[in-house]
Amino acid sequence: MPDLSAVFSLAAGGQLDNRVRIVAVIVTAVLLGLVLELVRRRRLIERYALLWMVVALILLVLAIWNQLLAHVSNAVGIEVPANALFIAGLGLAFLLLLHFSVITTRLSEETKILAQEVARLDVEARAARAAAVNGERAPNDERSPGEPWRPSATDAAGLAPPPATGESGGESQPGRSPSTADQ
Amino acid sequence: MVRDHNQLRKLAIVPAYNEQGMVGRVVRDIHRHAPDFDVVVIDDGSLDNTTAEAEAGGAVVIRHPFNVGIGGAMQSGFKHALRNGYDVAAQVDGDGQHKPAHIHDLLAKLHTSGDEADMVCGSRFRGDPGYRVPIGRRIGNLIFSVVLSAITRRRITDPTSGFRITNRRGIELFARDYPHDYPEVEAILMLHAHRLRIHEVPVRMNARGYGRSSIDYPRSAYYMAKVLLALFIGLFRRRPTPIEEPPDTSEGEPVAPGAAISGAGHAPRGS
Repeated sequence: MPDLSAVFSLAAGGQLDNRVRIVAVIVTAVLLGLVLELVRRRRLIERYALLWMVVALILLVLAIWNQLLAHVSNAVGIEVPANALFIAGLGLAFLLLLHFSVITTRLSEETKILAQEVARLDVEARAARAAAVNGERAPNDERSPGEPWRPSATDAAGLAPPPATGESGGESQPGRSPSTADQ
Repeated sequence: MVRDHNQLRKLAIVPAYNEQGMVGRVVRDIHRHAPDFDVVVIDDGSLDNTTAEAEAGGAVVIRHPFNVGIGGAMQSGFKHALRNGYDVAAQVDGDGQHKPAHIHDLLAKLHTSGDEADMVCGSRFRGDPGYRVPIGRRIGNLIFSVVLSAITRRRITDPTSGFRITNRRGIELFARDYPHDYPEVEAILMLHAHRLRIHEVPVRMNARGYGRSSIDYPRSAYYMAKVLLALFIGLFRRRPTPIEEPPDTSEGEPVAPGAAISGAGHAPRGS
């Protein structure tokens, strides 16, 4: 990789110190490797991995391609190209942060909806249980007709009544799974 | 190949997002062409009358409280299939692109007890696609096809086709783990990593019946990048699915009686 940056510096007249560029290349390479490893371990989904890879790529291009960096710094009125690189990095980090704030907002909204849904299901389940204990029919018709959420028919499809814990998860795990296929 | 297909419990999973104009027809078409299939529509947080239309068509509807994407929707369907002891699950898109008349063509190639194919995909590119596939779609598809065929060492002509059918093994795998977005291509890689076999049969499809495709140009760039990245990284995963949690004994999970038996009967090949 150092060879590569040397080649580029010949073409560009070397405005950015070669050592800086070597460091930039190494840093981006490490970042890319880290991102890929996180995806491999399923700690990061591909969508965000791509985001980070694009950012790393932009910084890499700016660090290697001196003319572009010189143009950019000229255009914004920055005298030292290295500063333009810093600004670019800072700006991209800022954009990422903003993006993640947007995502956090959406996630908290979805979490709220989930909590409300679970709470509603819990009320219905307890009401149904109480009714069953009293030997009555489940008061299904208590819901107002305008309520948008209908229970899926699986609720009534002969499943055993869920246990009384507040857990809503518990997707059934197969007794034995195909993953045993890969030893 | 007709064999014991009659005794199997079969489910058609129809993912639908804002498909009120089409989903009812899809459900009725499945009932007409494949009356032995139960139909579950996954309403992935639609803002229109998708649920009502699907129920009017006679389907069970699973409603997501908000949109989670096609991958999450299909996984809901597979979980439903697993929970209710289905032996076969087919995916039929809610936009009317897939022709339910082909379901039995797919089923015929699915060996549910033997060891030939665990998933059968309907391919547009093994014959007449039935409509003019846009050139961009064709190219993207070709790239995935080349990459996947090289990895799996089988000829896979239409990896982006969502029209597919799988057996109990596929259901168990996908209920546990299914890709988030644009899942079709990765799902094939997952099957391959678990040594499950894939077959293709030629099908014709409709151009989209109603509404726009969810994939426009910036998204198709993301589609390509995401899937290629996922395929690349998938090669380096030793276990393509997360390690299973220890079996949960605290809950009386109503596992279908057939589940344990069919699971045990499916001793993995080549182990």
